[in-house]
Amino acid sequence: MAFESLSEKFQGIFKKLRKEDKLTETNMASAIKEIRVALLEADVNFKVVKAFTEDVKSKALGQDVLTKVNPGEMLIKICHDELVELLGADNTDIKYEKGLTTIMLCGLQGAGKTTSAGKLANLMKNKLNKKVLLAGLDVYRPAAIEQLGVLARQLGVDFFEMGTNSNPVNVAEEAKKKALAEGYDVLIMDTAGRLQIDEKLMDELKNINKIIHPTEVLLLVDAMAGQDAVNVASAFNNDLRLTGVIMSKLDGDAKGGAALSIKYMSGLPIKFAGVGEKLTDLDIFYPSRMADRILGMGDVVTFVEKAKEAFDEKTAEKEAKKMMDGNFTLDDLLRQMKMVQKLGSLQSIAKMIPGMPKITDEQTAQAEKEMKIFESVINSMTPYERKHPDCLKFSRKNRVAKGCGLTNAEVNRVIRKWEQSKEMMKQMKQYQKSGKMPGGFGR
Amino acid sequence: MGLFAFLKEKFSKKDKNEKTEKYEKGLAKSRQAFASRLDDLSKRYSSVNEDYFEELEQILIEADVGVSLTIKLVEQLLDKSEEEGITDPAKINEELVDAMFVGYVENGGNITNEIQFRDSGPTVLLVEGVNGVGKTTSIAKLAKRYMNKGKKVLLVAADTFRAGAVDQLKIWASRLGCPIITGKENGDPASVCYDGAKYAKENNIDLVIVDTAGRLQNKANLMQELGKMNRVISREIEGAPHETFLIIDATTGQNGVSQAKSFKEVSNITGIVITKMDGTSKGGIILSIRDELGVPVRFIGLGEKMEDLEEFDLDEYLNGLLVGNGK
Repeated sequence: MAFESLSEKFQGIFKKLRKEDKLTETNMASAIKEIRVALLEADVNFKVVKAFTEDVKSKALGQDVLTKVNPGEMLIKICHDELVELLGADNTDIKYEKGLTTIMLCGLQGAGKTTSAGKLANLMKNKLNKKVLLAGLDVYRPAAIEQLGVLARQLGVDFFEMGTNSNPVNVAEEAKKKALAEGYDVLIMDTAGRLQIDEKLMDELKNINKIIHPTEVLLLVDAMAGQDAVNVASAFNNDLRLTGVIMSKLDGDAKGGAALSIKYMSGLPIKFAGVGEKLTDLDIFYPSRMADRILGMGDVVTFVEKAKEAFDEKTAEKEAKKMMDGNFTLDDLLRQMKMVQKLGSLQSIAKMIPGMPKITDEQTAQAEKEMKIFESVINSMTPYERKHPDCLKFSRKNRVAKGCGLTNAEVNRVIRKWEQSKEMMKQMKQYQKSGKMPGGFGR
Repeated sequence: MGLFAFLKEKFSKKDKNEKTEKYEKGLAKSRQAFASRLDDLSKRYSSVNEDYFEELEQILIEADVGVSLTIKLVEQLLDKSEEEGITDPAKINEELVDAMFVGYVENGGNITNEIQFRDSGPTVLLVEGVNGVGKTTSIAKLAKRYMNKGKKVLLVAADTFRAGAVDQLKIWASRLGCPIITGKENGDPASVCYDGAKYAKENNIDLVIVDTAGRLQNKANLMQELGKMNRVISREIEGAPHETFLIIDATTGQNGVSQAKSFKEVSNITGIVITKMDGTSKGGIILSIRDELGVPVRFIGLGEKMEDLEEFDLDEYLNGLLVGNGK
């Protein structure tokens, strides 16, 4: 995940500082230098790095820092505050009009415009109940219109195109006419990728801008982008008066520093973050949480919120009671696992929790594979068997194994897991009764 | 004679050939920001000092050369300046060009850029990269290049994941007039490779170019899928894939090194194609990749037209980026 290694680096730096009880010019200097290198390696623009480190330095060198008991924490705080400022203090949503909201997506080739158009449509249709029209304006890249059409079909969203021989400006006009006439809430226009120095193609976008007056003009920025990203953004911004940025491919291991630079240099808010290949993989961008992540505090808030969404509180309560009572069936086990799955991939969860950065991608992939095995084994059992797993002896196990196409060993593993979970529930109940929590909480 | 002077002489004296013109034109925007800043720097300082080297560092980092390689280069220059008493900024800049050139050449053996064909039977080229770098477009350009050289080319659309990816390659195949093997959407890419290999053997194809789905290098299961495709191809055609190109977008920052590293782990990368060099990015990351992993750049994308994919030539690249014609 993005920023991970940056946060690792910061952790390293602060660990060194923790051993000393006061921040001095000398130890600050080396820490600042390391911060500078870390930021540069994260593709934060050179000028932004300079400004950022200057800020941190001047603030940290103030007297109040030197008199604090824990200078390491103080430096974290200063870095954090500065980063939050750099990233923009608020989270920013799409501006919705009373009538039709028009959104134009633009950017360099391969930044992720078409995929993001699909993701935005999904978000607006399925989470916000909006009537969405997707319009394909990319008449240049072969099959770009087909690509958007496929996404629209998958989402059950209406799609507008006029073929590859049309003028994108006309397509935009006609799409808007249709959207207005047929009472759509949102029109999302996917434009062709272009270089910011391509005058002819930039003029085309300017014309669309002039005629349509989009509510939002969003620039797609690749999380992997290097130092030049700020120049790209400022050129697009000059020509089109952007309203915000979407960062794509944040699920990679790029640190995404360039997008931070754009925010810093142009003041454009980062409105969304693309975090995966599925159409649901679009997140709101939370600057302060991202700053937390940079500092290695883990994206706890995001985790909590996601958890809230996935767990229906009442079922959760019932679930908990049932489990504690020891009436824990295989159905419950499966439901529990599915709830966890709804939180997102195990990988993304593990990475949000502080102190858990060591799970490798192979391990998480393995765990997700395991979940699929569990599901197919349990699904191959009769309802009676799921409620009374104890009845699963040799012949029943054989049948289940055949039914799901797996081996007896795997069926046994599922049952063992159920037994373990059940045992754990019992123990937790005892802890609860005795008023003690199982170890690991508090100090 | 230093390389800088050499380049200047080489490229100013003779009538420029088509290739030099393409490089100079394609890299014009990159050069504007890079060479003119170097130039400006050497004019502002009468002799080099700490500030000078700091500004030099900035120019290199802003070209995505990367922090560690930049520091390495600048330290080399500092040493040279001390040892040989060089204080003339223009001289130091020439030394920089030398250092970049020598560093690139030393970090890996000489390699022929053109695809190395087998004596008989189909040669297989696998094309990999993260999402949105320009794999499909580069494949079309490569296909065109070798069809022009009289080779029978087959395209294999093994990107079964991205919506519209197969259609995109199909359109190219029909424009180019070459055969294409496609599979089912969301089908197993390895089975498309199998079909492609079979077709190639039966139809005397010279060059099989396999398009793969874009994948971020930290997605373990997708990277494993590449391994599987490699295995299937090598079972069907001896020694295949004979070439594996990693496509890198010139706008990529430091992540480019991680990309090269990870793709190298699952497949035998024989070369890099750097795309979108006609923008304002400097593509400095290819120097870092070469420095850390020794993988050579084989082709360079200098524009949107089919002919704009050129063999990578370090002389031309450095000339186009640093010396060039006009600012």
